Amino acid sequence: MALLQILISGLATGAIYALVAVGFMLLWQTSQTINFAQGEFVMLPAFFVLGAMKFGGMPFWLAIVVGLLLSLIVLGVLFKVLLVDPMLRHGVLPLVISTIALALFFKEGVKTWYAAEAQPFPALWSNDNLEIGGAVISVQNLVIIVVAVTAVLALQWFLARTRTGRCMQATAQNPALARILGVRVERMILYTFLINAALVALASFLISPIYLAKFSNGETLGMAAFIAAIVGGFNQVRGAIAGGLLLGVVDNLAASYISTQYRGAIPLFLLIAVILFRPQGLLGRAEERSV
Amino acid sequence: MRLAGRPGAVFLALVAIALIVAPMGLKPHGVYLISMWAVMSIAAIGLNLTLGYAGQISLAQAAFVGIGAYCSAILTAKFGWPFGGAFALAAVLCFAIGWLLGYPALRVQHHYLAFVTLAFTTLVYLVLRNEEKWTGGTYGISGIPRPSLFGWSTKGGPAFYYLCLFVLAVVSWLTWRLVRSPWGRAFMALRENPLRASSLGVDTRRYTLMAFAIGSALGGVAGALYAPLVEYIDPTPFALGLSLNLLLMVIVGGSGYFFGPYLGAIVSVLLPEWLRVTDSLYLIIYAVAVMLLMVVCPSGLLGLAERLLKPARKEPVARAAAKAAP
Amino acid sequence: MTQVLEVRGLSKRFGGISAVEDVSFELNEGEILGIIGPNGSGKSTLFNCILGQLQPSAGSVHVDGRAVTGMRPCDLNRLGVSRTFQLLQVFPQLSVRENLILAGQEHQGTMWSRLVGRGDAGLTDAAERMIEFFRLGHLADEKAGGLSYGQQKLLDAAMAFMSGPRLVLLDEPAGGVNLTMLADLRERLLAINREQNATFVVIEHNMEFVMSLCTRILVLAEGRIIAAGTPEEVRGNRQVIEAYLGN
Repeated sequence: MALLQILISGLATGAIYALVAVGFMLLWQTSQTINFAQGEFVMLPAFFVLGAMKFGGMPFWLAIVVGLLLSLIVLGVLFKVLLVDPMLRHGVLPLVISTIALALFFKEGVKTWYAAEAQPFPALWSNDNLEIGGAVISVQNLVIIVVAVTAVLALQWFLARTRTGRCMQATAQNPALARILGVRVERMILYTFLINAALVALASFLISPIYLAKFSNGETLGMAAFIAAIVGGFNQVRGAIAGGLLLGVVDNLAASYISTQYRGAIPLFLLIAVILFRPQGLLGRAEERSV
Repeated sequence: MRLAGRPGAVFLALVAIALIVAPMGLKPHGVYLISMWAVMSIAAIGLNLTLGYAGQISLAQAAFVGIGAYCSAILTAKFGWPFGGAFALAAVLCFAIGWLLGYPALRVQHHYLAFVTLAFTTLVYLVLRNEEKWTGGTYGISGIPRPSLFGWSTKGGPAFYYLCLFVLAVVSWLTWRLVRSPWGRAFMALRENPLRASSLGVDTRRYTLMAFAIGSALGGVAGALYAPLVEYIDPTPFALGLSLNLLLMVIVGGSGYFFGPYLGAIVSVLLPEWLRVTDSLYLIIYAVAVMLLMVVCPSGLLGLAERLLKPARKEPVARAAAKAAP
Repeated sequence: MTQVLEVRGLSKRFGGISAVEDVSFELNEGEILGIIGPNGSGKSTLFNCILGQLQPSAGSVHVDGRAVTGMRPCDLNRLGVSRTFQLLQVFPQLSVRENLILAGQEHQGTMWSRLVGRGDAGLTDAAERMIEFFRLGHLADEKAGGLSYGQQKLLDAAMAFMSGPRLVLLDEPAGGVNLTMLADLRERLLAINREQNATFVVIEHNMEFVMSLCTRILVLAEGRIIAAGTPEEVRGNRQVIEAYLGN
């Protein structure tokens, strides 16, 4: 029964990774942005909420709404307009450097202007545990799995079934062609940034009650999302979902059954193996290469 | 970048003199910082070869600084080797491991290569942290001696600074020769158009591996100096953060420009120290400064300088292109 | 006459589609062979298979009687086989002179001598001569990326000749080049052919250019050779006219 517990908590962690990985991948697809601040993007919305409650005296539910809006503005619109747009023409690397600096900015900003210590974050639902056939399963974990998986599936439905979603996919695959076909490419790219902002905010609200809100939370999370996106397949939403879930489970299994010292090494080996032997990812299609 | 004839030579001579007299006007902490600048410059020069000249994105440079540092620390502090031997072995070891790390670069490119090298850095960090028997784990290795060379002790801050400066000078001269040799040209050909390069007889495989090996060896050299400079090492400084920092030095200075790494190291090592007057805000200001710099000049400081010095000749083309793209 | 190139039964399939099907031909020293055919007839794929950029599905390639099938492009180049590409392939950040030195340096000395020896591998004079020959003299120190399209095309061709190759494969050398420069280019190619007894294979759409340059012509359609002969013979061939008009 310990195995079931590990699996459930692994899936919960993995569902969070998946949320963050999907956003990471969308940004890469539509604007070649490798966002090294993605982890900090997850750390920050919780502090928007805490700040709204502390300085604005708002009730929790209103603070959540404000937190989401602030995320959309800061991590979506401002990030795109101020940082990504000016640098896009100059290749991937200057933007990578900027996102590294942005990560530092967010971390130090929260540490300096809010708090250096971990902050408790109100839970959206009960902290109880369920006992199913001898296994103790936390309700929070179950809710995380359900909410995160629903969100990602809804996103996939949106991308595949709605007109806007298909325009976004067209933009991701071939912006020049999409433009000729009358897709408003700029707007689609903006939507991607907004979706990423919403996904990281959701992830933030889901994990902060469990792990507390702390300025340094982004470091491991960003890396995990990053690995999940690559392992699953860099060019597909369902790849990123599978990658996230797999990574969460493997991580939890490794922590329980393999030395805790080298627990961190397993995702890395997974990453290297996938890149070298199956660079399109576990679920991805091979990218066409022309000579 | 070509030295602009006589004014360039005069300027370089002035910089050299300033570097030689610098320790006389500085407090011990200042001498330590310019020593650190010299060490980080060496590591960044290595990365600039791999990334700036040969176009192979590597996030593994911190791992090589770490391997070099531990190699020199273990051999001198635990086994009593002379510094020269440990230094040479660190360089050779990193050359060999860098050569092996080049193999993935033959299979994958660009961001995938960045991810593989990133994973390598973290794996090396885990080994340094966990193999306590050799590395002392999180407690690290203390009491790393500063060497005596030919009867000249480098125990004092300024003396060790001159050792770092000497190594930096030698590395600079060798790199200068390398980038102007056929190898340097082949590296740039790899960066700009590997397909065409190979049709002109350039063995892209060999040159890619060499670009990795030489760049990594310089990381090892920097590490071998780092250990006696700080006299105590633990795994923390060699984590991914340093790799990202070295990448920052190369890009901010100007990737593919010979003098880029020196400037980048100033920005990364000295700028935060100068900003310390702003107290707890210094890292925030530093982060904003880096972002602004990248927005204003994505090709780095030397790219900006080149643009300003060569007025408007190619500008109309660039502008027309920018306008054409909606 | 010495045989320089021999292609036997060369085929290349991508998945189920066959791009080149059972192509065979020989080439003697000093010949200029033109390969023509409608778009998508497999001309560039044929080049890429001969030159080791693609692995052929079947067949063999011999250069000077030596089997080179599937050999790496860089090794093949050092055996004296050089090429240009359909799309421009110069090194934009290097100067014209540096482009040319690069094109010749791997044929000088060893890996080691290229590391410790002269920075220009002793090629500056040769590069200057090549620059003069292709009338790029005033541009020697310009970055290649700053040149006009036609000038880059000339540089591209000049690079292919820098190592004094026995056999040169040119993929649409005339594409996008204006008329004056075209005449220039033809004259230069013929001069090299005469003086160094170099052998050429030329893919080209510009019929006038091909007909006036080549000694022999192969016509490709849907990956197969449908006609071969002198320019006059090919010009009057019914099948060739159909292949072009039938599309």
